[in-house]
Amino acid sequence: MNHADAAEKFNKDFDRTTWHDETLWWVRQKRDRAAFAIPEWEALRETASQIKHNVLSELDNYLIEFEKNAQKNGITVHWAADAHEHNEIVLSILKSQGVTQMVKSKSMLTEECHLNPYLAENGVEVVDTDLGERIVQLAGEPPSHIVLPCIHWKKEEIGVLFHKHLGTPEGCADPILLTHAARENLREKFLTRRVAITGVNFAVAETGEFVVCTNEGNADMGAHLADVHIACMGIEKIIPKREHLGVFLRLLTRSATGQPITTYSSHFAKPRAGQEMHIVFVDNGRTTQLGREEFRNSLKCIRCGACMNTCPVYRRSGGHSYHNAVAGPIGAILAPNLDMTKNADLPFASTLCGSCSNVCPVKINIHEQLYEWRQVLTKSGHSPMAKTLSMKAMSAVLSNPAVYRLSGKIGRFTMANAPFVVNNSLNPWFKQREMPEPPKESFGEWYKKNRSE
Amino acid sequence: MSREKILAAVAKNKPALTPLPEIQNFGNPYADLAEQFKSVLTAIGGEVVVVKDWDEIKTYIETHFAGQRIVTNLTALSATALNSWLNSDPHSLENVGLAVLQGQFGVAENGSVWVTETEMGQRAAPFIAETLALVVKKSEIVPKMHDAYTRIGSASYGFGAFIAGPSKTADIEQSLVLGAHGPKSMLAFLMD
Repeated sequence: MNHADAAEKFNKDFDRTTWHDETLWWVRQKRDRAAFAIPEWEALRETASQIKHNVLSELDNYLIEFEKNAQKNGITVHWAADAHEHNEIVLSILKSQGVTQMVKSKSMLTEECHLNPYLAENGVEVVDTDLGERIVQLAGEPPSHIVLPCIHWKKEEIGVLFHKHLGTPEGCADPILLTHAARENLREKFLTRRVAITGVNFAVAETGEFVVCTNEGNADMGAHLADVHIACMGIEKIIPKREHLGVFLRLLTRSATGQPITTYSSHFAKPRAGQEMHIVFVDNGRTTQLGREEFRNSLKCIRCGACMNTCPVYRRSGGHSYHNAVAGPIGAILAPNLDMTKNADLPFASTLCGSCSNVCPVKINIHEQLYEWRQVLTKSGHSPMAKTLSMKAMSAVLSNPAVYRLSGKIGRFTMANAPFVVNNSLNPWFKQREMPEPPKESFGEWYKKNRSE
Repeated sequence: MSREKILAAVAKNKPALTPLPEIQNFGNPYADLAEQFKSVLTAIGGEVVVVKDWDEIKTYIETHFAGQRIVTNLTALSATALNSWLNSDPHSLENVGLAVLQGQFGVAENGSVWVTETEMGQRAAPFIAETLALVVKKSEIVPKMHDAYTRIGSASYGFGAFIAGPSKTADIEQSLVLGAHGPKSMLAFLMD
């Protein structure tokens, strides 16, 4: 299902769409309050953007530097060219431990690589430990938002889900009781699983350490109780120096949820005594995107989700309508790089209003890239046939004045005398819109008449 | 194999070198660092207890955490708790009611406290306890994260974390709930 169809389905429930819209806008407002409280906010964004630009221009050297320092610290570094190799590496580590159960904290990369289904096929049970991710996992869904995975779920529905899976009392929809039920259930997993996977927010080349940010403490509960910690990261997560964390940690959570910092910003430098620590570097199309001059800035993304919370299309279409691990405006410029055919619809799921670019903490020109992708996709024959035909028809009309005038006349006549021809369910322009009053004449006709008098 | 492939692809596709920007400090806008730290940490769900000395901390713990399993590696509080936990299996910390640890310094702008493995005793300790208490000296509060990293410098640690308040989540309809997986409450003993 393409974005437009999925969005239409999502919009069938008007009240729910409004609720989704307002919830995300509320998060956006929290972000504004946090950002406006920092006088140097714009300077921070610019600095972050420049650091990331330097990272892109030196990425190979930083990866080598990180690898050297991480190895010195006792961390094993793996390299995966694509999603499949990443999944194989993770499975081989699990096999070497003889383990068939594990815990995983939030990692959009493992979503991108479809690690969970791969491990399930190979007889490994993965428990997602972030509360939101656990909820969508129990429901058999992917997350709909990179920071707020179950933002599309209502508490009553979570109550039903938990009643079924965790045995909470029927009808219980209290967020405190539900959260604490999940806490009890997941604590048992933390205490019994020997392998923990985490994502990576930042990896510091200079020191070989990596930073994981959570509010729940689930990354730490997993990693510090497990014999083996596997951290999976896209290669663009590298930053050059430790001092750069000062810039990024000030921007990340303020942009994401409006908090001044996450509860935990954990710096993993060495495995604890007796523990194994692995890092998996993943390319999976990133080096290709690096070579696309007009799109490479998308690799600066620090996954805060601010562009989603502000996007009028995301807020009213829901994350699942983007059919990609990363939804929203940033997902729509990352996804076509992975698969142009499958994701050709996504750059069109935008009004190009530019709000995403305005809130982006690393100043990615998201809306400009959406516009660029539309051109690339259309030129390479990936735009939908109906759109191509209608654009060609429009071009023919607009390039011929006589045809243009005639079309206008037909249009006005139709709207005045036979509105049902255009105002019907086959014409998307009239969905949830009132018919405008058709003008009696065109400006050209009016001008000719008034000039001659 | 993939390593060389990835590095070669990066080398081929990367843009022309751009320099790293200089990291500015942006100064200190706070008249009273301890007040700012206290107000932010309180706003994000932490609790701040101002104390004059270790005796006040001892009294506070005895009053509020009587009967609970308490772990600490602070010699000033050793009468309150045993040290044997330091070398035990981290899973055995599961029933800890209170962990009292030293924080290296606090950060005024976000109410966080920097703690490394050395102060943690065990990495799991600050996360697995029902309540985490960090001792922070009033004189050891820096304005912003830039100052925090200047202060950390090139220090070597196995693990370190900025900890700002209790574990929390708002994943269910954006309702804030304290005590997701880690401590349900977090307090900072702010000491003269």
